[in-house]
Amino acid sequence: MALLEVDNLTVTFRTASGPFVALDGISYRVDQREVLAIVGESGSGKSVAMLAIMGLLPPSATVKADRIVFEGRDMLAMTPRQRRQIIGKDIAMIFQEPMASLNPCFTVGYQIGEVLKYHLGMRRGARRKRIVELLEEVRIADPIHRMKSFPHQMSGGQCQRVMIAMAISCRPKLLIADEPTTALDVTIQKQILELLMQLQAEEGMGMIIITHDMGVVAETADRVIVQYKGRRMEEANVLDLFANPKSPYTKGLLAALPENATGDRLPVVADFTPDGPAAP
Amino acid sequence: MFRFLLSRLALIVPTFFGITVIAFLFPRLLKGDPVLLLSGERGVSPERYAMLNEQFGFDRPLIVQYFDYVWHLLGGDFGTSIATKSPVLHDFFALFPATVELSLFAVTFAVIIGIPAGIIAAVKRGSLFDQGAMGIALAGYSMPIFWWGLLLIVIFSTTLGWTPIDGRIGLRYFFDSVTGFMTIDALISGQRGAFSSAVSHLILPTIVLGTIPLAVIARQTRSAMLEVLSEDYIRTARAKGLPPRRVIGVHALRNALIPVVTTIGLQTGLLLAGAILTEHIFSWPGIGKWMLDSLSQRDYPAVQGGLILIALVVMVVNIIVDVLYGLINPAIRYRS
Repeated sequence: MALLEVDNLTVTFRTASGPFVALDGISYRVDQREVLAIVGESGSGKSVAMLAIMGLLPPSATVKADRIVFEGRDMLAMTPRQRRQIIGKDIAMIFQEPMASLNPCFTVGYQIGEVLKYHLGMRRGARRKRIVELLEEVRIADPIHRMKSFPHQMSGGQCQRVMIAMAISCRPKLLIADEPTTALDVTIQKQILELLMQLQAEEGMGMIIITHDMGVVAETADRVIVQYKGRRMEEANVLDLFANPKSPYTKGLLAALPENATGDRLPVVADFTPDGPAAP
Repeated sequence: MFRFLLSRLALIVPTFFGITVIAFLFPRLLKGDPVLLLSGERGVSPERYAMLNEQFGFDRPLIVQYFDYVWHLLGGDFGTSIATKSPVLHDFFALFPATVELSLFAVTFAVIIGIPAGIIAAVKRGSLFDQGAMGIALAGYSMPIFWWGLLLIVIFSTTLGWTPIDGRIGLRYFFDSVTGFMTIDALISGQRGAFSSAVSHLILPTIVLGTIPLAVIARQTRSAMLEVLSEDYIRTARAKGLPPRRVIGVHALRNALIPVVTTIGLQTGLLLAGAILTEHIFSWPGIGKWMLDSLSQRDYPAVQGGLILIALVVMVVNIIVDVLYGLINPAIRYRS
């Protein structure tokens, strides 16, 4: 049984200039222990899809799907309350801007503890112990002291570690990482990615990693979905995708990698129509 | 925190001297001679005029008068009122509790209704409630106080007879002032019905004085909440599966409170400075009415002293607001 199955997901936003289709009938499937990467440029609908599954889109968005099934449970038929019992516990998400994603008014310990209290009903003492464990797991030094810190007293990398600790606190079955390294320094990016992959292997989580970085895809993913303007361009095993990309868009995307540059100029992905490259 | 408080307190010193200059010059810039006003319609002989001028010290150069005044101020002497012949400090503190009591009721009224209304309006943005509440807030903000006060008196006091028209307590109650707060003194007196009489006298002035702060707080809360609700950490809180009341009431509100607390602080400062119109309409024996009377009598010491004392109160309120900032948002506390 697949961990998460989404069929024909469409997201439309009401805008002043009429409805805008951000996601046009895409299907996703993630198995247990599998890492799925969703790749695409800005505006391809990568994040929107995940926020739709989590139920985190603003009221101006209309979400339609034939099916959203998590562990055999139909999420479309759930009440918001039932959905909240899964969100944050069985499906957790980390975001692109770790510093902005943590509430500046509360200590990081409090913010992690909130998840433990709400989902697992843990008491104060047990919570404290678990927070220290979690901070150790994400390799934050001096966790007893650090749990009393506020987000502004930490670096971006440390904040992302806290976000990861918060996300894995209830041992989720699926972790969605929305560009988890984009806002970080290159050296920190590598550390965070390694941490994520190690936790994924240890905890046996399914994982969806959203990125526009093909390097991240190569290092992490089992399977890849390439999206463009809310449509799926290609879905393939990671090795096949790099070795033998089928969609012209994927080819363009791979050709645009800096290491593939020839001469002084970097190739760019031409504007596309979903059926192929637009006429120049 | 201690250093932060100390730096705020240090700022009081130059501000205080600035205020003494303004408070000293302001009444003297107005036309009208206190000695002539004091002597009334019959007028005064040139000899007596000169004598009184000398007695009050108005014959000396302005700069000498100023430094003399400040010197006395530093010793805690705010001078003696020309009109009442009693120390300004005594007059001020005899009336100040009435203003504080009314202001606290008005601010509490504004906060208890304004903050929830602002939150609901923000969460249900564009809804009927939002539009209705913000429409009423705008109307409340634009309402001329004297008209609003009279309207309420006509409806609730004279027509329906539900509330008293003026004063702080019914005439049949009499007891010594202990705290100066009529509601507390009424409780202490133990007289039957005294407390409810004091509260009933507060209802209309509270509503009239609280209307503008209520409108300002509701609008400020709404806009602060709207801004905060679109922040990333609110998305995180929702992604944690927290119930909406926790996301809004804890995660969003705590962050939205900073500008709201500023507004509450400013409004409280304004109200404590004396609600001249409200106090006048309801014959409320507070600072606002006293200042107005002193001003019309060109009672220089009373006006000067009143202005300085009010300014000090406003400064203290501002320091409390600054401390509250740090308590609400630790990022501010540590940066300072």
